[in-house]
Amino acid sequence: MCGIVGLYLKNKKYNKDLGKFLTGMMNNMSTRGPDSAGFAIYSTERKKKYKYSICYNDNNIKEIKKNLSKEIKDAKIKIISDHFVLETSLKPVKVISIIKSYNNLNLVGYGNSIEIFKQVGNPRDVVNNFSLKNFSGTHAIGHTRMATESAITTDGSHPYSTGEDECLVHNGSLSNHNNLRRTLKKNGIEIKSQNDTEVAAGYISNGLLNKKSLKETLIDGLKDLDGFYTFISGTKNGLAIVRDEIACKPAVVAETNDYVAIASEFQAMAHLPNVNKAKIFEPEPGLVYSWGK
Amino acid sequence: MIKLNLKKDSLRKVNELLQNLDQKSNDRSFKIINPDGNHAICAGLKEEMDVTIDGHVGYYCAGMNMKADVIVNGNVGTGVAENMMSGSVHVKGNASQSAGATAHGGTLIVDGDTSSRCGISMKGIDIIVKGSVGHMSAFMAQSGNLVICGDAGDALGDSIYEAKIFIKGEPKSLGADCEKKNMNKKDQDLLKSLLKKASIDENQLTHFKMYGSARKLYNFNIDNVSEY
Repeated sequence: MCGIVGLYLKNKKYNKDLGKFLTGMMNNMSTRGPDSAGFAIYSTERKKKYKYSICYNDNNIKEIKKNLSKEIKDAKIKIISDHFVLETSLKPVKVISIIKSYNNLNLVGYGNSIEIFKQVGNPRDVVNNFSLKNFSGTHAIGHTRMATESAITTDGSHPYSTGEDECLVHNGSLSNHNNLRRTLKKNGIEIKSQNDTEVAAGYISNGLLNKKSLKETLIDGLKDLDGFYTFISGTKNGLAIVRDEIACKPAVVAETNDYVAIASEFQAMAHLPNVNKAKIFEPEPGLVYSWGK
Repeated sequence: MIKLNLKKDSLRKVNELLQNLDQKSNDRSFKIINPDGNHAICAGLKEEMDVTIDGHVGYYCAGMNMKADVIVNGNVGTGVAENMMSGSVHVKGNASQSAGATAHGGTLIVDGDTSSRCGISMKGIDIIVKGSVGHMSAFMAQSGNLVICGDAGDALGDSIYEAKIFIKGEPKSLGADCEKKNMNKKDQDLLKSLLKKASIDENQLTHFKMYGSARKLYNFNIDNVSEY
């Protein structure tokens, strides 16, 4: 089943409420996915600074903080539950190799704008653990997972990020992900898990690396990705949604002058301001919708 | 009119009240407020009553309905009036997929559009959609009538049995064994009565085309034996 949500704010006055709104959306989708949850928050881009969202698992975080601060001079570290966000101006190639030199540190995502968190457990607990309600930003994506094709682990949780400031959540399952994984790996895309959605995220990264827009990449995906899906994908510029042509997996969009909310079910957005006056529609099968700057 | 507030009372409490309405009761008019996209609102009603829901509702609204008349002032999710036996459901907004699925009787009116699989496996219901319907509508429709005032998506009436489809716009494509039929006087009278049910101008009648089963899938065709 799984629940997916996305929120793109058009009106800056709601930026401070982004986390609060997304908390309600995730909580209301916990019935669709009680196994694990995750979310990505995009805030205003800081051109020269990179943020790395890292899950530290069972490591001693104090020791890691001390060692990382020695290796990366301008490192700022913010600890949230079993994740920390490392902020530095050091280039990704260098930082990623440093992170890889540590045992059992998982890089969940990185970029100028994105922060990304995911954890096993009921979504209501997960959003509490990460204090999602305190986050502000411009747009966000969330996922509540009912595991079907791979294990209930943090690695198997969404969103998946396989490129700078990119992420993807998915409701559905893909049937040709093994083949695609091999092809993408040959193209140099790093895919860490056995999960089908990570392959789709890799597919998007590959398209963006080849200078295609998110929308163009998702349109290509309609022929290349076999299975059923509703995807919500984010970049630092905005959000996009696409449903496969059979459209078994639900999605509803509510658009007002202030925001665009996307969710698997309307009840996820029933608490948003003036939602009853919003333009509400179901994305058509096989069409890509995107919002952003 | 009795007002029920889903912000105050649980969905189960509201549904149980409506499902167990005393046969002798004279209070048969209800208004539900703050539905907030909840699922299965008004599912399983079995007495004559009027229920108005103010707002958007979730899945299976008024599913299995018998005798009750339900109005939704908003949009509905998947499977509105699915398996309805009698009574009526009137959606003032849009409906999601599988509207009126497998329903045996009653009337479903949707003022807006429905998405895919409207009237899938319908078994006697009358469905009148004032807007358009999505793909695979009336798939394996066995009996009853589907009136579409707008257009239809791909594969309209795929593997249809004896249900009738009336459409004012165009189907994007027809499903297997669905074909255009000539309308006789009886069909026109039927369509007229359906349009009347939904307060649609009877003069629109001449703009509609009728589709039904070519009945080529009813029996095994020996020419296809090599396919198996």
